[in-house]
Amino acid sequence: MKKAFPILGLLTAGLLTYALYQALVVAPTEQTMGDVQRIFYYHVPSAWTAFLLFSINFLASVWYLLRRNPVADMVAVTTAEVGVAFCTVVLVTGPLWARPVWGIWWTWDLRLTSTLVLWLIYVSYLVLRRFSSSGQTPVLAAALAVFGALDVPLVYFSIWFFRTQHPQPVIGGGGSIDPRMLHVLLINWLAFLCFAFLVCWSRYRLEALWREVEEVQALEALAETGSDRR
Amino acid sequence: MSAPTGITWATLAKDIRLEWRSKDAINSMLFFALLVVVVFSFSFDPNAEESRHIAGGLVWVAFLFAAVVALNQTWARELRNQVLDAYRVSPAPANALFLAKALGNFLFVAVLEALMTPLFIIFYKLRALGPAWQLIAIAVLGTWALVVNGTFFAAMSLRTRSREIMLPLLLFPISLPALLSMVEATTNILTGENSAKFWIVLLATYDVVFTTGCLALFETVLHAE
Repeated sequence: MKKAFPILGLLTAGLLTYALYQALVVAPTEQTMGDVQRIFYYHVPSAWTAFLLFSINFLASVWYLLRRNPVADMVAVTTAEVGVAFCTVVLVTGPLWARPVWGIWWTWDLRLTSTLVLWLIYVSYLVLRRFSSSGQTPVLAAALAVFGALDVPLVYFSIWFFRTQHPQPVIGGGGSIDPRMLHVLLINWLAFLCFAFLVCWSRYRLEALWREVEEVQALEALAETGSDRR
Repeated sequence: MSAPTGITWATLAKDIRLEWRSKDAINSMLFFALLVVVVFSFSFDPNAEESRHIAGGLVWVAFLFAAVVALNQTWARELRNQVLDAYRVSPAPANALFLAKALGNFLFVAVLEALMTPLFIIFYKLRALGPAWQLIAIAVLGTWALVVNGTFFAAMSLRTRSREIMLPLLLFPISLPALLSMVEATTNILTGENSAKFWIVLLATYDVVFTTGCLALFETVLHAE
């Protein structure tokens, strides 16, 4: 297992480099937007990766609530943190693209707003984990994750209706995409997935080590109080 | 062991009696909401015809902030003398307690709304151009949406550091769809431009979904210690 990590790291670095080359050089320039459009190869894969991580977080949370398995909780922490990081990338690259293309940094459009709300929910999840003082943080966090998942369809639905009533600049949704562009997009997504997996892996190991250290410290403290009494 | 409904009513009656004698929650909520009304009136011209379009948002934001004041006190009084611990080890069903607390908060926030609405009407010269009776449905569903999750998250934040700050941090993101529905429905009725039906249905859906969620998970959260 320990050897697999650097190998996967090297593979990911290679894949990311290749994907960068593909996105910046190989992919055809978009007709109306020009080179600005290339941010799409980072924006969209980040979004897909973030949503995937949040879904894993939800499944792990349900698993934890049902089985109280510490592995599920560690998976939940890891995916939430890395997911928030990727979601932040989405929220930063979006306005960078929107400014030259739409002429505005931000619009309260359906996808933007629901992504922002999702990000807010998961930030509150991380805040809860950070501020929770008892040993029952995992239970509370898992409950919040379930609430967040219940909320997502309602958020989407409400903003969808909100925005169909008040028309806004529309994203170039629908339509067809050049197959070469799709190819580059998928390569980038693969690279991002590998990268996300790598980060999750090291974060997971860190979490496992932390817990081990805490356990050892707790045992040592117990042993000390025990010897004092003698 | 007494029946769940018995426990719910007993707890609710106790909370109402406590509130009736101390008036802690209602007084702080009222004063807080009043401050919000006054502060908002400085930030825009309250007499303009435009105020009709923003009044919905304003009213609900004021109620949301004020409700947080009451919600934060929900469980605090049960911590004194280890009442909550006693409840935890007793065989009484957790959901009976939760329902009592949520109903109590609903009542307190409803009283606040009943007292504050005339003030809003006077200060902002509000008059509904749409069907005003629907406002009652919005008020009931919206208040329940806020307090049911608020009561749940208040129980959750009991076990965190700086819990008073924790509650809004947890409650606001989850409440956004409900808040959007309340604000839009109210604005639609005040302006009379669009039907509020969709928003009321969405609010009802939100209530059903999260009441179920709270009842399903409250026992887990209560016993998490």
